[in-house]
Amino acid sequence: MTTLTVNGTEYPLDLADPRVTLLDALRDRLDLTGTKKGCDQGACGACTVLCDGRRILACLTLAAQCDGREITTIEGLESHPLQDAFVRHDAFQCGYCTSGQIMSAVALLGENRAGTDADIREYMSGNLCRCGAYSNIVAAVREVARHA
Amino acid sequence: MTTKLFGEPVHRREDARLVAGNGRYLDDLGADALAVAFVRSPHAHARITGIDVDDAIDVEGLVAIYTWEDLPEGVREPLPLLIPHPALTHGRTAYCLAKDVVRHVGEPIVMVVAADRYIAEDVCERIQVSYEFLKPVVGLENAVEGPNLVHDDVPGNIGAHMVQEVAHRDGRATREVIAAAPHTLEFRLDIERSACMPMEGRGVYARWDADDRSLRVYSSTQTSTSVRMAVAAKLGLPLPKVEVIAPDVGGGFGVKIVHPWPEEILVPWAARLLNREVKWTEDRREHFISSAHERAQVQHVKVGFDDEGRVLGLDVEILHDHGAYTPYGIIVPIITSTQLLGPYKIGSYRVEFFSVYTNTVQVTPYRGAGRPQGVFCMERTMDKIAQYLGKDRTDVRAANFIQPDEFPYDQQMIFQDGRPLIYDSGDYPESLRKLKDLIGWDDFPAMQAEARKEGRRLGIGVGCYVEGTGVGPYEGGHVQVTSDGRVHVSTGLTSQGQGHETVFAQIAATELGVPIEKVSVVTGDTRRFGYAVGTFASRAAVMSGNAIALACRKVKEKALRIAADALEADPADLEITDGMVHVVGAPSASIPLATVAVLSNPLRYAFDEEAKRATQFATGGSMDRPPVAEGQEPGLEGKDYYSPVRSTFASGMHAAIVETDPDTAEIKILRYAVVHDCGKMINPMLVEGQIHGGVAQGVGGALYEKMAYDEYGQLLNASFMDFLMPYVTEIPKIETDHLETPSPLNPLGIKGAGEAGVIPVSAVIAGAVEDAEKIVVDKMPISPSDLYALRDSSRTSGAVSLLRNTQ
Repeated sequence: MTTLTVNGTEYPLDLADPRVTLLDALRDRLDLTGTKKGCDQGACGACTVLCDGRRILACLTLAAQCDGREITTIEGLESHPLQDAFVRHDAFQCGYCTSGQIMSAVALLGENRAGTDADIREYMSGNLCRCGAYSNIVAAVREVARHA
Repeated sequence: MTTKLFGEPVHRREDARLVAGNGRYLDDLGADALAVAFVRSPHAHARITGIDVDDAIDVEGLVAIYTWEDLPEGVREPLPLLIPHPALTHGRTAYCLAKDVVRHVGEPIVMVVAADRYIAEDVCERIQVSYEFLKPVVGLENAVEGPNLVHDDVPGNIGAHMVQEVAHRDGRATREVIAAAPHTLEFRLDIERSACMPMEGRGVYARWDADDRSLRVYSSTQTSTSVRMAVAAKLGLPLPKVEVIAPDVGGGFGVKIVHPWPEEILVPWAARLLNREVKWTEDRREHFISSAHERAQVQHVKVGFDDEGRVLGLDVEILHDHGAYTPYGIIVPIITSTQLLGPYKIGSYRVEFFSVYTNTVQVTPYRGAGRPQGVFCMERTMDKIAQYLGKDRTDVRAANFIQPDEFPYDQQMIFQDGRPLIYDSGDYPESLRKLKDLIGWDDFPAMQAEARKEGRRLGIGVGCYVEGTGVGPYEGGHVQVTSDGRVHVSTGLTSQGQGHETVFAQIAATELGVPIEKVSVVTGDTRRFGYAVGTFASRAAVMSGNAIALACRKVKEKALRIAADALEADPADLEITDGMVHVVGAPSASIPLATVAVLSNPLRYAFDEEAKRATQFATGGSMDRPPVAEGQEPGLEGKDYYSPVRSTFASGMHAAIVETDPDTAEIKILRYAVVHDCGKMINPMLVEGQIHGGVAQGVGGALYEKMAYDEYGQLLNASFMDFLMPYVTEIPKIETDHLETPSPLNPLGIKGAGEAGVIPVSAVIAGAVEDAEKIVVDKMPISPSDLYALRDSSRTSGAVSLLRNTQ
């Protein structure tokens, strides 16, 4: 039996099929559907979550690898200023990439890498937004970074 | 006044749930549903000779395997050809599951239903399909040259052939005009394939209620009402027994307007047959090889012009690649043909297209829908004329503009809606003036020269477009005020991130004079509104926006009449502010709209304190009149439709400054400027967002995106790792300015904005790269490798000579 700790709650998980990814475990077994599947190939960032505080791609991570680790998903954020900033800056449209963008940005702030706009762009460059809200995503992250 | 919300940058009401991860997209629904996976063709062109499932049937968790043979009448026929056209003489559509021949890699052959997706895919791997290989047809010119055929019964692979010509006003044909023109140019342009690539792929989830004999279908669609009609028809169900809901949709950009997709029929069919919930969620590779692409065209252009650069005659021949099937008809090349004209008065115009079958994924509209290709053609033409005459590129454009006093302007063609191509309003000279100011057009040559001294290559490009938006036939809106004072708005078309919940609430709040917090909006749910067309062609705000406004006006008229009775006032003296109906200038003589809603519905039974006011012994109305007067209905609600006589034409102009690396040939966009005119803006913040998004996709099409098919019809880059799309590192800050020339065609004076941003980007970037490099750019997208090769070839051929008179 594997134990996933997600947003502070421990979930015992029967991984009879060891291929189950963290992303599918979150979405299909724990009903935490806020984390999205955009490509399932590690290229779009929609499934970004935090694992022991570091951002990872849940689609390229096996659930079994996360035994005993602390996973944080979008549902685990408690009114993070980035969420409000994304709304005020109109930093998304369809919202499908947004959980991943926000989780990536949360980690970026923790990494102290949001110095300049160029830095923000570089360290947010793993997250695809097909609605193209990039300028406003940068503005939202910049605002929170400045006030952090 | 607090309730005037039209035109304000109101924050989106959708957002709270989306930033918290509480959106409900298709795959977030149906946790207990069975999962579907498909065996899809690995070959571009083959005859199926056998399907062997022996190795698959023992897999634990397998529920069902279906092939074409298993499908009942209705489901086994070819999918509908949605938009027939007389010029589409050889329209062909696919089957839900391939019947005998597969015509592109990715065509579905076997459907597997299993306990979960892992098991379903395991089963797919164990199914053996045997094939007899047929010669694949790949590439537009190969298709036309033959001899191989995509469909045996379509000679020359030509699905459609269409010619439209607008002769010179003196009656001469275009080719005659060009032959007699002072100057002529002739050239070829190539545009590659791209695709919508919404972050959320397609998906369908169906529940059959065996007790009620009814079906509920959720689909990640741009048209729930049409999916409903298709499902009911294909499955032989009465329409009232089918409901279709578009939940939160993670982007569409056109691909989800096609319907019914095979999966939209098969999943509900299986759900009913199995009496189980069934769900299919498209994976990314499936989206690449089994949905739709767009853009690919080859254009041959001849233009004749005078010394001022005025176009006297334009003759364009287009080869349009529509892939293996034509479910969406020939809308895309028709739009290319007609929107090519842009903001210009062209002396005479002939356009001919051949729509051609290839063994590749079918082509259906992607944001812009044929316009980027048309604009690429016209704007490259303008640049070439300017270069030839030694004139400023903006001067040549200005010399051809339709002037503000010439509206309505009839281009004398038939547009994609089957209606005349008549521009309703616009101010193109003013747009260009604003754009030149915004980008600093006149100062650029000095900047360019200065950079040159440092060995840097800068270039500037410009592109103009006109976009027919808000195509019919209609949309509707329903507005209901309930006795708690809440306003419930619904419309049938769907949302994929445009912010409809916000803008439609802004319209309703403004029209009714209620706080926006009281307004809720539902879109794309056939339980709430059954008649609709869909969300495409930059039409939602124009169509449903106006329909909702008209419905609100009906509700308001009724509210004022009821309130006038209660206040013993004249309805003409009443207005509604902040949800209170009051006498103009006398706010104390007022009645809440909530109370008006109570009074609008004469009651026998009181269910709460408010309702008592409408019961039969409380109202005290006239004993000579029925409680519901003749011609009236109970309740404070209204429904109305908006059906435009023709499209309304938005416009815009973009400019960009690029820098090309002399060594690596990397192309970097330093500045990008947009002037946009979509009539009156409902919410300028959301218009900006639409423009940003369009430009980002346009940059993708200009610099990165293409579908790399090999000669066997294999798509070599069917993943996000290989099909390059812009990330945040590739998209510059986008500078915008707006013009608001209202549309005279609709009550709100609005025009569509959804597609605009993407339309001229390839043309703009091509012009800018050309300006930086002084070489000819006639093929998009242009990668660093392409530019490097162009530099090499232009060194040997002499670039400028390519622009000289060919006669």
